[in-house]
Amino acid sequence: MCGIAGIIYKDGEHPIGSEMTRMLQSMKHRGPDSTGYALYGQPSDLVIMRYKLADANTPRDFEYEDRLRRHRSEVERRLASLGARIQALEEETEYAFRVTLEYSGDLKKLADFVEDVPDVEVLSLGHSLEIIKDLGDAETVAGGYHLNDFTGTHAIGHVRMATESDVDISGAHPYWAYPFSDVAVVHNGQLTNYFQWKRRLERSGHRFQSECDSEIIAVYLAEQMSDGASLEDAMRQSLEDLDGVFTYVCVTKDALGVAKDEMAAKPLVLYEADNLVALASEEIAIRAIIDHEIETYDPYEGEVLVWQR
Amino acid sequence: MAAVGEQAISYDARGLSEPDAAVPEISEIDGTSAEFDAHDLSTRQINLELRWLINEQGVTDVTVRNPGSKHSLGVGLLTRCKITFDGSLGYFGCGIIDGPEVHIKGRVGWSACENMMSGVVVIDSNAGSLTGAAFRGGDLVIKGRVGARTGIDQKGGTIIVMGSAGSMNGFMMQRGRQIICGDVGHGLGDSMYDGTIYVGGKVRSLGIDCVPGEWTDADTEFIERKFRIYDLGAPPELQKFVCGKKLYNYDNLEPSERKLVL
Repeated sequence: MCGIAGIIYKDGEHPIGSEMTRMLQSMKHRGPDSTGYALYGQPSDLVIMRYKLADANTPRDFEYEDRLRRHRSEVERRLASLGARIQALEEETEYAFRVTLEYSGDLKKLADFVEDVPDVEVLSLGHSLEIIKDLGDAETVAGGYHLNDFTGTHAIGHVRMATESDVDISGAHPYWAYPFSDVAVVHNGQLTNYFQWKRRLERSGHRFQSECDSEIIAVYLAEQMSDGASLEDAMRQSLEDLDGVFTYVCVTKDALGVAKDEMAAKPLVLYEADNLVALASEEIAIRAIIDHEIETYDPYEGEVLVWQR
Repeated sequence: MAAVGEQAISYDARGLSEPDAAVPEISEIDGTSAEFDAHDLSTRQINLELRWLINEQGVTDVTVRNPGSKHSLGVGLLTRCKITFDGSLGYFGCGIIDGPEVHIKGRVGWSACENMMSGVVVIDSNAGSLTGAAFRGGDLVIKGRVGARTGIDQKGGTIIVMGSAGSMNGFMMQRGRQIICGDVGHGLGDSMYDGTIYVGGKVRSLGIDCVPGEWTDADTEFIERKFRIYDLGAPPELQKFVCGKKLYNYDNLEPSERKLVL
């Protein structure tokens, strides 16, 4: 089933961390397995990287802590060897980290080199994007990662009911569009030509961290945009190229877009006000942040809508 | 009784069950009419309150303030009564009702009035997909637009949409009527068995075995009557669509199957 939500403000920064938590918590019944956020804070010259050294359900064997320590220092050593200066390193949980870097080199090279350390996955990389995802409901994740103080301009989120792959952080949304900085996707649905696209994208040099079908949407869009397409054009083309049922939301550093498949099989409710656009699988999620009657509607099949912040 | 140390096992990861919910009994009752604020109530509490008012307190006219887009409100009401929702509902609003006259002063999510048996529902704003799915009888009036698959598997009654509609409207419809004043999406009336769909706007494409029908005086009388009852103004110019009955293959059955069917 899964539930997705998105919010974009046109008038500057707002407490999107706590707002997205309220939206996702109200849709907990759509997916209690894991919760994820893609939040956009104040754009910075620094590179923000979120990564994990192990999954939430990695077996805690005798070597576990030792391995975490080793891999953690190996990541830091590799960052230094690429000339990335660590400004701040925050330990969110024992396995999830947030690092801000002074770095002007190639981001793909950085991601590849860091992920070459065993078990390490780069969750997000960019100048304003931060992806946070873990097992449990929105309040659990927001509490564990201190998201309620997060301010920014736009965000998407996802509550997952696992159907196509395991219940773990690798299978949780949102997906970062490796290796494209500041792009993320959440998806509700199933893709039926997943393996076809996975092989195609792997041939052109992209890596996949999970077995989850939704991951290809992010990488697919990133590839289209790196070839010069706009977000809206890439999303329109995806309606032709992706098979299956889907409603997905894609965010970049300054835009938020939504696309719905030809069958209109997955729900989405839209609310547009003067200063914000909010959307979610259920209206109750929008009402979680707006406590008065609102005028909303469902987009139709095959629709692509994009808003700028 | 559970033995000492034994615990009842329940698995409610989605947090939807409310086995201990009790009737809140918070309504202001004035004769046969009542009103209550649903802002702080759960879905089950709201429905319990409605049932308590209608079935036990002899109330026939209820106003629910602040429904807050909660799901499954006003479902399974089986008596004649008047209910006003002073706001929007979530999914499955007013499903399987038989008799009530409902006014929703807002929007309704997916699957509004699913399997409705009789009565009237008027929605002032938009409705989601699957509106009036398996609709059996009564009138459903939506003053805004609707999503896809409106009246899927409709078996009776009338669905009136003042705005536009999505794809696959009247999919596998078996009886009843739909009046859609705006445009409709792809696959209108796909695989319909019977019934009538009137469309005021553009039809993006017709579904399999859905064909234009012949207009009669009975159509004009029916539409004018419905628009008059619900005060919807003058009806727009409508096209009529019916089942072409080309998919009816009962005559091509093998003799043995035919015997079985007949």
